[in-house]
Amino acid sequence: MNIKTPILEIKNLNVSINDIEILKNLNLTINQGEIHAIMGPNGSGKSTFSKVLAGHPAYKVLDGDVIFRGKSILSLEAEDRSHLGIFLAFQYPIEIPGVSNEDFLRLAYNSKLKAQGKEEIDPIQFLSLIYEKLKTVKMAPTFLSRNVNEGFSGGEKKRNEILQMTLLDPQLSILDETDSGLDIDALKIISNGINTFMKPDKAIILITHYKRLLDYVKPDYIHVMQNGKIIKTGNNQLAEELEQKGYGWLN
Amino acid sequence: MSNQSNKILNTNITKLVNQPYKYGFSTNIEKEIIEKGLNESIIHLISQKKNEPNFLLNFRLKAYKKWKQMKCPDWSQLKFSEIDYQNIIYYSAPKLKKKLKSLDEVDPELLKTFEKLGISLTEQKQLTNVAVDAVFDSVSIGTTFQEELAEYGVIFCAISEAIQDYPELIKKYLGTVVPIGDNYYSALNSAVFTDGSFCYIPKGIKCPLELSTYFRINEKESGQFERTLIIADENSTVSYLEGCTAPQYDDNQLHAAIVELIAFDNATIKYSTVQNWYSGNSIGKGGIYNFVTKRGLSIGVNSKISWTQVETGSAITWKYPGCILAGTNSQGEFYSVALTNQYQQADTGSKMIHIGSNSRSRIVSKGISTGKSKNSYRGFVNITNKAFNTRNYSQCDSLLIGNQSNANTFPFISVQNLTTKLEHEASTSKIGEEQIFYFLQRGISIEKAIELIISGFCQEVFTELPLEFAEEADRLLSLKLEGSIG
Repeated sequence: MNIKTPILEIKNLNVSINDIEILKNLNLTINQGEIHAIMGPNGSGKSTFSKVLAGHPAYKVLDGDVIFRGKSILSLEAEDRSHLGIFLAFQYPIEIPGVSNEDFLRLAYNSKLKAQGKEEIDPIQFLSLIYEKLKTVKMAPTFLSRNVNEGFSGGEKKRNEILQMTLLDPQLSILDETDSGLDIDALKIISNGINTFMKPDKAIILITHYKRLLDYVKPDYIHVMQNGKIIKTGNNQLAEELEQKGYGWLN
Repeated sequence: MSNQSNKILNTNITKLVNQPYKYGFSTNIEKEIIEKGLNESIIHLISQKKNEPNFLLNFRLKAYKKWKQMKCPDWSQLKFSEIDYQNIIYYSAPKLKKKLKSLDEVDPELLKTFEKLGISLTEQKQLTNVAVDAVFDSVSIGTTFQEELAEYGVIFCAISEAIQDYPELIKKYLGTVVPIGDNYYSALNSAVFTDGSFCYIPKGIKCPLELSTYFRINEKESGQFERTLIIADENSTVSYLEGCTAPQYDDNQLHAAIVELIAFDNATIKYSTVQNWYSGNSIGKGGIYNFVTKRGLSIGVNSKISWTQVETGSAITWKYPGCILAGTNSQGEFYSVALTNQYQQADTGSKMIHIGSNSRSRIVSKGISTGKSKNSYRGFVNITNKAFNTRNYSQCDSLLIGNQSNANTFPFISVQNLTTKLEHEASTSKIGEEQIFYFLQRGISIEKAIELIISGFCQEVFTELPLEFAEEADRLLSLKLEGSIG
């Protein structure tokens, strides 16, 4: 009944770093309104996959294509991809000394407005906007005056990533192990943030090791990545099986 | 991370930081030069040219003797080829036809030079709230607002003028804060200094204007040996700023200055520097060798001396502005931003010598190194045995941009009185590929990212600069760090 519109199409993607091939013939299509989870053992290429999508300069695309909303993005810089609506929540959010979270968030928000040809907003307008967003991840306003991720606990860093996602309102969000290192309360807050954020015109990729995130954020598909390609795709049932049997049974 | 991405990051940063030096022009002007080389007769000649009283000639000769016995210090992290002191011109001055009655009579070529540097000496265009002394090579060209300042009893003039007009003040105070033999370069400066600024703020006066000296090295083979002496009498206050630039030459030029500050009871001196000497080209050729001794003597009760420096230029920077806190309750401060790029080397920091009880000092040093540069903080905090209940706080932060630059911190602390409270904090952070990628992923351009990081990093120091110059400093760093892309 409803026609699926692809947001992201990955076609035969081959990627290397320092001449080592990490992704091999990767194929994946993600449609609007879908949540895809990518699971897989350490070193299978999940983080590489997320960074390649975001345009990290360290990775070299050898072959294949990445199509975002109908257009190839391989020639675009990370900055431009961000403006198009691709967001990466980092596995290890970076600490930026000397830069307040407020300035950072405002600059990111205004950069996006500018790229869209819209007028930038002033610090006071921004404050009222960000106060609303802070509530969604249950963070206190004092957190704005702290330096970006500096001295943040693991949970605060991850919440900050979700806050940025909510603020920048991307079409495609890639959440790289956003659940790792979180206690149950923080996991609930973050899952709640993700669920509130998700809309029918968006798509989310969840990279995770654990089934517990998928109990809170229900994916439409679960993929298992191994040796740089997707070796199995299934539904929530697959996560159950993986939890019980590990990755070994797939081989 | 990977070589490939390092390369990309480094090219981006290199593009960003390698802005052309915009003060690199030189002025063609008729000048009077004493031949190259250094010996007693040259010193006699300099003294004679300046028509100096005998005590000063003796001061110079004594310094020269001392200097000959001394050796170039080798304890710093700096690497440079040996300086041939016989191959330097020690006196170079624009030829003046007659004694000038007003600044409007200064050679238009010189006025133009300073105007190009953003310093207007002619009456119509002077900054309204800053008095400027302009020093070109070995001599002062002129000082603005002298008459206005004189109404308050404030003396602000070239030191060569002060030697003529106020010899008793010079005789009494010159060399009292930085003794002739303090170090190799101070001995050299004491022997051959040619000009610089002199300020005297009388008792109870809050100097109504910012005082400022602008130093310009023009002559290719000359050294600049400036000497500044500022005396703030009881209950007086003064804020002073120096700026400096030089043309772009392939050879290194030597700049060895001395600044002495004296603050009496309840007096405050705020001394700010925005140093932008030519720093050499992208392969490390040329640039100023900047060997400077700056020291303040807080001799009075409740006296305060505050140093703020923004060091962006010079091939080599060697300076440790310090305070001798002799007075009870005296205060010393040092705020510094040192930015090095390409092959620049900076070895800079502060000395705080606590002698008076309840004296307090604060050191905030921010080093930014990029390119292949080396940036070291070197500090000395000395609490002497009779200094009771003193307080020192030192903070040294280093920021590395890219992965080929170098940052060091060498804090020396000596405590001989157990009633002191002393804190030292240090941090090193790096802007590498991953930080930049984080910004880019959030849609922030590399220029904006670096601008934000730098201004956040330096904020604590910039707020200490006089308002007019905070902007200049920001502009200076921006000039060096941004704008080439897009």
